[in-house]
Amino acid sequence: MNVAFVARVALIVSVAAFLAAPSIFEPLLRSLAPEGAPVIYRHANLAELTALHLGLTALALAASALVGVILAISVTQPWGREFLPLSRSLANAGQTFPPVAVLAIAVPAVGFGAEPTLIALIIYGILPVFENALAGLGRAPARALEAADACGMTRAQRLRKVELPLALPAILAGLRLAAISGVATATIGSAVAARTLGEVVFAGLASNNLAYVVQGAGLIAALAILISDALLAMERKAAEAFPV
Amino acid sequence: MTAIEASAAAGSSTFDRLGLLAAGVAISGLALGPFATLKPNRILDGAPVSLFAALSPPVAAAVMLLAAAAAIVVALRTPALLRLLAGLAVAAALLIALGTAPSHLVARDDMLARIGPGWGFWLAFLAFALVASDAIVRLRLRPLMRVAALALVLAGAGALFASGALDDLSLLKEYAPRAQAFWSEARTHLLLSFGSVAAALTLGVPLGLACHFSPRFEGPALGFLTAIQTIPSIALFALLIAPLGWLAANLPSASAVGISGVGIAPAFVALTLYALLPVVAGVASALASTPRDAVEAARASGMTERQALLLVKAPLAAPRLLASLRVTLVQTIGLATVAALIGAGGFGTFVFQGMGQTAIDLVLLGAVPTVALAFAASVALDAAAEAAAR
Repeated sequence: MNVAFVARVALIVSVAAFLAAPSIFEPLLRSLAPEGAPVIYRHANLAELTALHLGLTALALAASALVGVILAISVTQPWGREFLPLSRSLANAGQTFPPVAVLAIAVPAVGFGAEPTLIALIIYGILPVFENALAGLGRAPARALEAADACGMTRAQRLRKVELPLALPAILAGLRLAAISGVATATIGSAVAARTLGEVVFAGLASNNLAYVVQGAGLIAALAILISDALLAMERKAAEAFPV
Repeated sequence: MTAIEASAAAGSSTFDRLGLLAAGVAISGLALGPFATLKPNRILDGAPVSLFAALSPPVAAAVMLLAAAAAIVVALRTPALLRLLAGLAVAAALLIALGTAPSHLVARDDMLARIGPGWGFWLAFLAFALVASDAIVRLRLRPLMRVAALALVLAGAGALFASGALDDLSLLKEYAPRAQAFWSEARTHLLLSFGSVAAALTLGVPLGLACHFSPRFEGPALGFLTAIQTIPSIALFALLIAPLGWLAANLPSASAVGISGVGIAPAFVALTLYALLPVVAGVASALASTPRDAVEAARASGMTERQALLLVKAPLAAPRLLASLRVTLVQTIGLATVAALIGAGGFGTFVFQGMGQTAIDLVLLGAVPTVALAFAASVALDAAAEAAAR
């Protein structure tokens, strides 16, 4: 049992404890709140906000994974190869666009609430999935492809049975990057009235209540670290299962 | 080339598929979509205005003819330089034409009405900008030439804005009353992004060297920095408010140099922490990737460890380090917009103000320069990395 494992278990236990009974942590946070101000955020149930935050991120992640992988497959097929250099430079250019801006520009199109956040999350999640899937699809060694062709596999079979499994670790790596930026963008989504944990941080910043700020930011940070850890573990499993 | 690819290439020898798609998108955008939007004031929804309604007949006809001619050029297999010129010419012409729309659509004494681009304009503009950037890739320019091309395009865009031809557009109407604030936020944004990356370099290069020479240090150091990088920006900014506020309250010298709980200090510290991981990991992995025989040859010729590091490993590692620096800088320029939420300033100020007022043009006033800055930094560092690799 190493330090990192103990730290992770401690993190999970404290997040669970905080969500189940936030008042236990009141003495810890008391000194951060202004005199007479509430210490624990009570305008909404913290567990519910956490569920909404994670739900929004997961929904967007599923959509961006689907689109990103399909796009990466399309531009690596013979009929789509002409668009490969262009889609590469588009993905590069897309990364120069800050997520906040995507969020802000989506508002006039769909109004305030969860929708603009979802759009920004999906668009921003496609890029890392696409780039990593592209790298992963290029990872299949020539001898594996030749062997597949020699077995008489069709292109679709080769893609499904050889190329995609070999690309899985890279796709999961892209998904992890998308998840990390997704948790962050969902937080900022509170600025356009999406119901996420960002609400707690923003309420704290607006009322100068550091106790709110710390409990919101701490929860978000813990969730991001745990999600990234889980996806990293999946990525390692996939790399072990399909070694190149 | 497989048989399928060969036949595909032969089948489309007269048409350029990407160009055909871009030309189709651009022309249908101009013909069917609204060229401009007309808003009674800066907050209300815009009404769509078509190309021929938005521009005077000669201007509209000239735009349509130029776009059609350029569409034919890019749809056929033509030399890359010609495609680049066609793409840039139409993009510039569209902007100039849009600049004439306000005087055609709105009475001179109407100070409230706002004219901005409609989605038909955006489709055509982006399609031709895409053709131009694709042409630059096809030209395979040397790094220095790419930077020169970027400088030319930026200078052209700057001249267009400075000429006053676009002054009546909604974006510049947001800019005009905020010109002073815009440039001071621009300075803050540059300080936050370039300053924190510079700070990360000063701290990160020694740390990366330490990682390179001591594997026992590398694991925990990179693990800690990875965890930091995972924390969402607004959460990290917020979590730094308390300790920095405490420092400012309890350490007179800290508040004397301008450290306080909110404002630029927590943002600067957070952005530096974020940039540390790519720098440290980049230095360590770039040094680890130097070919073993080069290092051994250096040792054999009597170089000390230090000389080998400076004269052999560092030059060989430079391109990879510059590549990771590119990603870091682009990421930091984008993240600096979020810093506005904790009162640090920067272009994010306009984005969040615009969000609050539902004034999309104000959002764009913050977003457009941020994207331009990130894009320029990305092209310049990309060229630097390629030049270092030669």
